[in-house]
Amino acid sequence: MSVLNRVALGLGLTFLYAPILVLAVYSFNASALVTVWGGFSTRWYAILFADRPLIDAALVSLRVAAASALVATILGGLAALALDRAGRFAGRSLFTGLVYAPMVMPEVITGLSLLLLFVGIGLDRGIVTLVIAHATLGLGFVAVLVGARLKGLDLALELAAADLGAGPLRVYATITLPLIAPALAAGFLLAFTLSLDDLVIASFVSGPGATTLPMRLYSQVRLGVNPEINAASTLLVAGVTVIVLGATWLTGRNAAKAGPTYGA
Amino acid sequence: MSTALLSLAHVTKAFGADMALDDVSLDLAAGEFFCLLGPSGCGKSTLLRLIAGFEAPTSGTLHLAGEDMAARPPHRRPVNMMFQSYALFPHMDVAANVGYGLKGLGRAGIAARVDELLRLVRLDGFGRRRPDTLSGGQRQRVALARALAREPKILLLDEPLGALDRTLRDETQGELRALQKRLGTTFIVVTHDPGEAMALADRIGVMDRGRLVQVGDAATLYERPATRFVAGLLGDVNLIAGQVADRTGDIARVETGLGSLHAGVQPDAPGAGAAVVVALRPERIVLGPADTATDAEPNALAGHVTEITYLGDRIRHRVRMADGSEIRATVAAGGQAPAFAPGDAVALGFPPGAATLLPA
Amino acid sequence: MRTSGRPAVTRLVPVLPFLWLGAFFLLPVLITLKISLSAAATAQPPYLPVLDWSAGPEGWGTFLEELDFANFETLANDALYRDAALSSLSLAAIATAFLLVVGTPIAYAMARAPARVQPLLVALVIVPFWTSFLIRIYAWIAILKPEGLLSAGLMRLGLIDRPLELLNTQAAVLIGLTYAYLPFMVLPLYAVFARLDPRLRDAAADLGASPTRVFWSVTLPLAGPGLMAGALLCFVPMVGEFIIPDLLGGSDTLMLGRVLWSEFFSNRDWPLASAVAILLLILVVGPLVLFREAETRRTEAAR
Repeated sequence: MSVLNRVALGLGLTFLYAPILVLAVYSFNASALVTVWGGFSTRWYAILFADRPLIDAALVSLRVAAASALVATILGGLAALALDRAGRFAGRSLFTGLVYAPMVMPEVITGLSLLLLFVGIGLDRGIVTLVIAHATLGLGFVAVLVGARLKGLDLALELAAADLGAGPLRVYATITLPLIAPALAAGFLLAFTLSLDDLVIASFVSGPGATTLPMRLYSQVRLGVNPEINAASTLLVAGVTVIVLGATWLTGRNAAKAGPTYGA
Repeated sequence: MSTALLSLAHVTKAFGADMALDDVSLDLAAGEFFCLLGPSGCGKSTLLRLIAGFEAPTSGTLHLAGEDMAARPPHRRPVNMMFQSYALFPHMDVAANVGYGLKGLGRAGIAARVDELLRLVRLDGFGRRRPDTLSGGQRQRVALARALAREPKILLLDEPLGALDRTLRDETQGELRALQKRLGTTFIVVTHDPGEAMALADRIGVMDRGRLVQVGDAATLYERPATRFVAGLLGDVNLIAGQVADRTGDIARVETGLGSLHAGVQPDAPGAGAAVVVALRPERIVLGPADTATDAEPNALAGHVTEITYLGDRIRHRVRMADGSEIRATVAAGGQAPAFAPGDAVALGFPPGAATLLPA
Repeated sequence: MRTSGRPAVTRLVPVLPFLWLGAFFLLPVLITLKISLSAAATAQPPYLPVLDWSAGPEGWGTFLEELDFANFETLANDALYRDAALSSLSLAAIATAFLLVVGTPIAYAMARAPARVQPLLVALVIVPFWTSFLIRIYAWIAILKPEGLLSAGLMRLGLIDRPLELLNTQAAVLIGLTYAYLPFMVLPLYAVFARLDPRLRDAAADLGASPTRVFWSVTLPLAGPGLMAGALLCFVPMVGEFIIPDLLGGSDTLMLGRVLWSEFFSNRDWPLASAVAILLLILVVGPLVLFREAETRRTEAAR
């Protein structure tokens, strides 16, 4: 690797990680001031764990993330299968657009329009509306991940199974599903973190009693830098790092197992 | 028709405007080793997929053991396929791959049958291995065992040796042939390699642009090709254009740029006045020094050697003829140095039976 | 080529996601369009007219007559909204340019790294991408504020003698946009660079091209659709960005996402907020269509 490439990587990763590391370091600062190092302390973590509203918000977020990621994985997997397998069907072009659009759509539009729908049909805002909104957001990401995996699958594998006497359902259960499982798992994790992370859409569609973690953090962040938030952030970042590294390891192992097609 | 194991009648398959298969009819007897030969895109793989049930014919019928297969999906046909890429399931071990198609034997029955199949392909003890830990030749044998597990009436093999290297391929050809004779299962192999087709098959079907142009054993196809395409596909051939002058018994006299040539013909060959091509294999030409030419040979020609290529087992000569055309003639090398040098005048001759008349 | 025996079940597969997206994505956008043509009211819901399906065709006719374009007239005539639209577009465009300049070398270096470390590098870029957006922006407040780390550091080094006034400026918004969207740019670009046939570079070098010329004449043109997809993937959401201008920008940094937010949450003017959403949608619909085409071309090239 050339020196230039090393420098580009070094600077790039520094840019990406420096702010996060600053947060992590100052979450152990005894002093409440950002620029003054007052010695090592875990007092902000103690305060954090005693912050009942924050913990409640985190629990709401986790529940919403789990439920919405599950719905997004099922619907996104079906959408990917439809785009890869169903051939031409009425409204295919519109369908493709609908799958991809929520991924790039500015969140304020998604949030506002969903809120207007919920008000219009008289659905009370709360956990349910959060789950619906986040599932819609995550669906497209799952579809893209699963779609890429389906595209990479050797079609001959499914034909071989059919040739050996497996009916369509057995082919799906014993060949297709196990081979796209890593993509479904990755899609679930991505949908989960997207939900956990979302502030804008949640602010629109959530109601009283369903304050998510980002909403709670945002209301505090607006007041300025706060070591307790640093501590909360550090824990979140650490959690995500573990999940991502685990997922990388998992898919790496599975990719080796599923491998490219042999021979030709 | 009723005695045939597999019977295809006027099968046509169109993909949009493309005719992948054009009016193909073919009967196969039980226990035959049949080979579909042709260049890529000639329709041979489509024909194989059609027999397996992955494609439906646009028109025509397909009967297997007397039964119409039109409404039978692939998983209900007594036919199994060995895929070109082998299509081994990457998430299952060898035993699970081989046993995938087995049903109704119980756990122990399946395990016993899998062991038996692995012994058959000389892979005893490989059951717990993953496909990605096997060599190319081992994968090929797993695929073979898997496809044989259900004791199909017909085994379809799509370029079965295509992914193997040269030496392994020669060895595997022999094994495949021996296995087929032992099991008595009908094999249909698709290949683009004429040498492989000739080494493996009882009968070969040559395909060209969706049509089945000739079916026969290797010798017939080589010595008596039906078209210029078949003649050129199976080996080097000199093609000399001309017109039939007359016929005496089974010998026709053809007027060509090289003078009158005599060639053996079948009773149904074109008569006088027809435009034809005389096909002549290079090794069937007798080559001698210019002064040895005798008028006794009905086909006596003269030319100058322009290029000599030593090929180990034989020597190829390019000979420039009087009319400017080129004839290729090969002689067995036999450990001798070439008898001629570029520039030498040579005499060429061939018996009428060595040449074949083809439609122009 | 597909099998002839595909069961009818596969035809039903699209139905469920299609219905879901129709109900929770397409329909809401249509409702937003309708409400953008309504007037604000102190009622629940706070807009007029409300369509009453039971009113019959006559009622629907009255409903249609009451729709008006007053909100869009407001948007067109009030300099605030014009400026917000313009600065949304220009900030997103400038940030996209920054991202291309910063992201291309990183993605290229990742693709040229030894194959062993590439998965790790990808994971390292993904971790921030999966890490709370809010937190990553919040981290910059501590860095950029006048008594923050950047000013303190530079002052200690003697490069400046007065704290920088960076926070609450457009510069801070641009830094935030570039930072937050960098993984979105790097990952698709890396995918493109990693897939390029290395033999093409070798062939160009063999024909006498310098590494620089190889990059400009072979690598970059082949990466075109990927660059396009990456740029649009960042540009579109940045136009409607709310968190970054809200936390890092000053009160003068007007972006449509923020305007929409305050119309909705502070002024409770739902119809006007809807009109802003529709305006935003119109601004991004062109780039969205381009994005889909770039994606289609990219995935087709990958086949």
